[in-house]
Amino acid sequence: MNRAALGALLAHWRRHPLQLLTLVVGLALATGLWTGVQAINAQARLSYAQAAATLGQDALPRLVGDLTLADFATARRAGWPVTPVLEGRVPGSRARLLGIDPFTAPPSASVPGLTGDDGAGTLTGFLGGTLVFAAPGVSLPDSLPEARVSAGLAPGLVIADIAVAQSILGTNRIDHLLILPGAREGLVPLETLLPGARTAAPETQGDLARLTDSFHLNLTAFGLLAFAVGLFIVHAAIGLAFEQRRPLLRTLRALGLPASRLTLLLAVELAGFTLIAGALGILMGYAVAAALLPGVAATLAGLYGANVAGSLGLSPVWWLSGFGMAGAGLVVAGGQSLWQLARLPILAPAMPRAWARARASTLRRQGIGGVVLLGVAGLAAVLGNGLAAGFVCLGALLLGAALLLPPLLSLVLDFGIVRAKGPLAQWLWADARQQVPGLSLALMALLLALAANVGVGTMVGSFRATFTGFLDQRLASELYLTAADGAEAAALRAYLEPRVDAVLPIPSAEAVLEGAPGEIHGQPDHVTFRQNWPLLDAVPDVWNRLAAGEGALVNEQLARRAGLWAGAEADLGQGGRREILGVYSDYGNPLGQAILGMAAFGAAFPDDVNLRFALRLPPADAPALVDDLEARFDLPPDRIVDQASIKAFSLGVFEQTFAVTAALNVLTLGVAGFALWASLTTLGTMRLPQVAPVWALGVTRRRLALADLARALILAAFTAVLAVPTGVALAWVLLAVVNVQAFGWRLPLLAAPGDWAALALWALVAAALAAALPAWRLWRMPPAQLVKVFAHER
Amino acid sequence: MLLTVRDVGKSFETADGPQPVLRGVSLTLAAGRTLALTGESGSGKSTLLHLIGGLDTPDEGAIEIDGRDIGAMDDAGRAAIRRDGVGLIFQQFNLIPSLDVGANLGFHARLAGRDPGDLKLLAARLGLTEHLGRYPEQLSGGQQQRVAIGRTLAARPRLVLADEPTGNLDETTGDAMMALMRDLARDSGAGLLMVTHSARLALMLDARLHLRAGRIEDAP
Repeated sequence: MNRAALGALLAHWRRHPLQLLTLVVGLALATGLWTGVQAINAQARLSYAQAAATLGQDALPRLVGDLTLADFATARRAGWPVTPVLEGRVPGSRARLLGIDPFTAPPSASVPGLTGDDGAGTLTGFLGGTLVFAAPGVSLPDSLPEARVSAGLAPGLVIADIAVAQSILGTNRIDHLLILPGAREGLVPLETLLPGARTAAPETQGDLARLTDSFHLNLTAFGLLAFAVGLFIVHAAIGLAFEQRRPLLRTLRALGLPASRLTLLLAVELAGFTLIAGALGILMGYAVAAALLPGVAATLAGLYGANVAGSLGLSPVWWLSGFGMAGAGLVVAGGQSLWQLARLPILAPAMPRAWARARASTLRRQGIGGVVLLGVAGLAAVLGNGLAAGFVCLGALLLGAALLLPPLLSLVLDFGIVRAKGPLAQWLWADARQQVPGLSLALMALLLALAANVGVGTMVGSFRATFTGFLDQRLASELYLTAADGAEAAALRAYLEPRVDAVLPIPSAEAVLEGAPGEIHGQPDHVTFRQNWPLLDAVPDVWNRLAAGEGALVNEQLARRAGLWAGAEADLGQGGRREILGVYSDYGNPLGQAILGMAAFGAAFPDDVNLRFALRLPPADAPALVDDLEARFDLPPDRIVDQASIKAFSLGVFEQTFAVTAALNVLTLGVAGFALWASLTTLGTMRLPQVAPVWALGVTRRRLALADLARALILAAFTAVLAVPTGVALAWVLLAVVNVQAFGWRLPLLAAPGDWAALALWALVAAALAAALPAWRLWRMPPAQLVKVFAHER
Repeated sequence: MLLTVRDVGKSFETADGPQPVLRGVSLTLAAGRTLALTGESGSGKSTLLHLIGGLDTPDEGAIEIDGRDIGAMDDAGRAAIRRDGVGLIFQQFNLIPSLDVGANLGFHARLAGRDPGDLKLLAARLGLTEHLGRYPEQLSGGQQQRVAIGRTLAARPRLVLADEPTGNLDETTGDAMMALMRDLARDSGAGLLMVTHSARLALMLDARLHLRAGRIEDAP
């Protein structure tokens, strides 16, 4: 019985191969885009975890505060099993430097290379400052000791002895002391031993994981959006198949197959699709991840300084989760149909229920649901706090707009019917209205994809325009110079001062700002800054007060995170407690930052030796000065950089940042286009009984085909019209809610009507392409096939 | 002569090769006259009706409506004949599901560029006044067939072709539909060619022809 019934059910797919293709490809695309994004995220998180676990710091408590190696010695002498750690970025490189003490590092710590056969010689070199260990692929400046490649290190990591690391980073401080297990009882508490220090819990995530969480959340959101768009296709295909097989299901029931058995057989069928489409999707996801990972790795390095391996290594959990998502997607997409089947009366009408679906009650329910969801989106935007509220807002906005599409479309088409001149135009509008239920899922998918494109495109456009202006302000100086050491810095300054308009030092030091890692810069009093610095908020007379050593400027990230704006007081760690004189935009910087006047900076960081300078001079003189400096001081090209190169580099990082989302956008639009094509093609066959009477009354197949094209264009045009405000609202949420929560800065929304119009045009082109084949088939359809509609023996 | 069918033949391709459905069929119908075409299932009645309506083309022979050979016309020409000169009534009604009753009633006439007249009056005559704003799927079979007949009435074609128009209706409703169609032919001076299985209904028309295995026989 099972075999015969399953054979009858599967025979449907043999007769409708396109529907089968739609179902499998839709599910594979959905699974593929989702698993692709998950693969990228998993790879990145693996790299972060590897970096966080280098010293076992992900499992050990730590002592934090203003600490030096002397404090380390004090704690060790008191009997505490502690080991010092210093972290920073290698100057002139993107590599992360980790300073350790090999003698006190935890035994479980993975410090590869120090335990090899030539351990003694290696250790001597390591301690003596002539050897560091670097992960494969790390490029280091010549000024660093010899780097030995160690395959076991986390991507982008360099390990040096703590004293060597201090020398490289130009500091006498350490970041923290890791507290190893096995401390004797009765020891003087560390907080007593080292006043001002405090014990902190293990860093289970690591700084990189925290910093990049929002980026990965963005990727996940796009993966989910693509998955949802794919599910729309699957839902449409399954729903259609159930409707078309309704007579068969009724017959099977009438022949004695119990409803429970029939439901089970259809569930088995769905499980088969899960395996096939899941496997295809996982392969597709691997391809997507492999294609996008280098871009993501470059983005993470550029935006966050996070190093991620550029090649994929996938765990069995990932494979299984791919199948799990495919199965979950099918349950979501096909569950409703299975539920209906289980409750289907044996004598239920066998006619397609497309019209029933279009009934006003369904549309009304959709409309109410859409309005409620838009209300939720509004509430989340106004009252919500945090990234999760931002994404609730995004999800409710997109889903609400999608649900509102069919009722709004019906209203517009009703208006078209009333206003239509001529019977064919009236039929065209009425026919379009009748197609809304059958096409609504595909149109919703198109709306989501278009809105995502408009939204992300507007966000990126706003970001690009603001960022370019910001760079023009921040990088006002013509040349930027980095000396190798203090002596060279002094020589360079002495040589340059009579030859350029101004030599502006750029001193900086790492500091704990409002309890989080950050950096403090010193800024000379110069017209360059007074005229160009991009202040978002300021007290009166800000520049004179800064020059006088009062207060500090802070970047937007620090201001938003701490909720402190101009006039408030901020704890700047070694920079002291200071009034915030102004807040400046600092796009692309994940860290908090503060600026002190030069005198105040010198007082706070007396040991800081400034090696970086900005030079003001007539732009035309810059190339000659670069040549002169390179020849006279033997400066390598990476130590003297002109403004244009920095801007190009910064914009390059920016473009890379959004390359991944742009790629996902295009893929999502492609999926929606495929959904529309599949729906139109399937409906083209199903709606023959509706077209044939019009043909029989004297309308040529050519005119009917053109009407089909026009119908697709009308529906796509209205979808695009609704997608634009949805997309703009999406852009606003991204810029004003998600971006602020994720990156710590807010950008103005800049309208790009030209881009929106172009996208709407592309939607029309996609709809025309999607409708072209079904229309062409109708045009070329033999009359005998149309006549079959009227044959009562059919 | 309104309709002339001369030596028409038609075959369909099947897995076993071409299968002849009509063999040398000839008939004529004058304006204002009614003709019943009877025959068993598969005898070719509907195929002949479709050929006369320009829905398909004969393999051989000629079909003339008002002296014009529709077999020699292209797709657009045959569409124009259907639009302007022929009214088709089917067993399955074949209304346009996306249009309400009112729009369905006037559709064919407006397509042919004619004024459909007072549709409310027509609806009242058909007993459809209360259903003008409804859609075909909301009507019973008899009501749908009345809309189909009304659509043809409003279009005022020269030739009405009806394919088993009462096949899906009970006897009482079917008889009412027959009366309507005869009125239609009589009022407009149109010719009516009706395909039917029913000898009883066939007897209601002016003349009868019987089709057996694709050939015309005299009516039994």
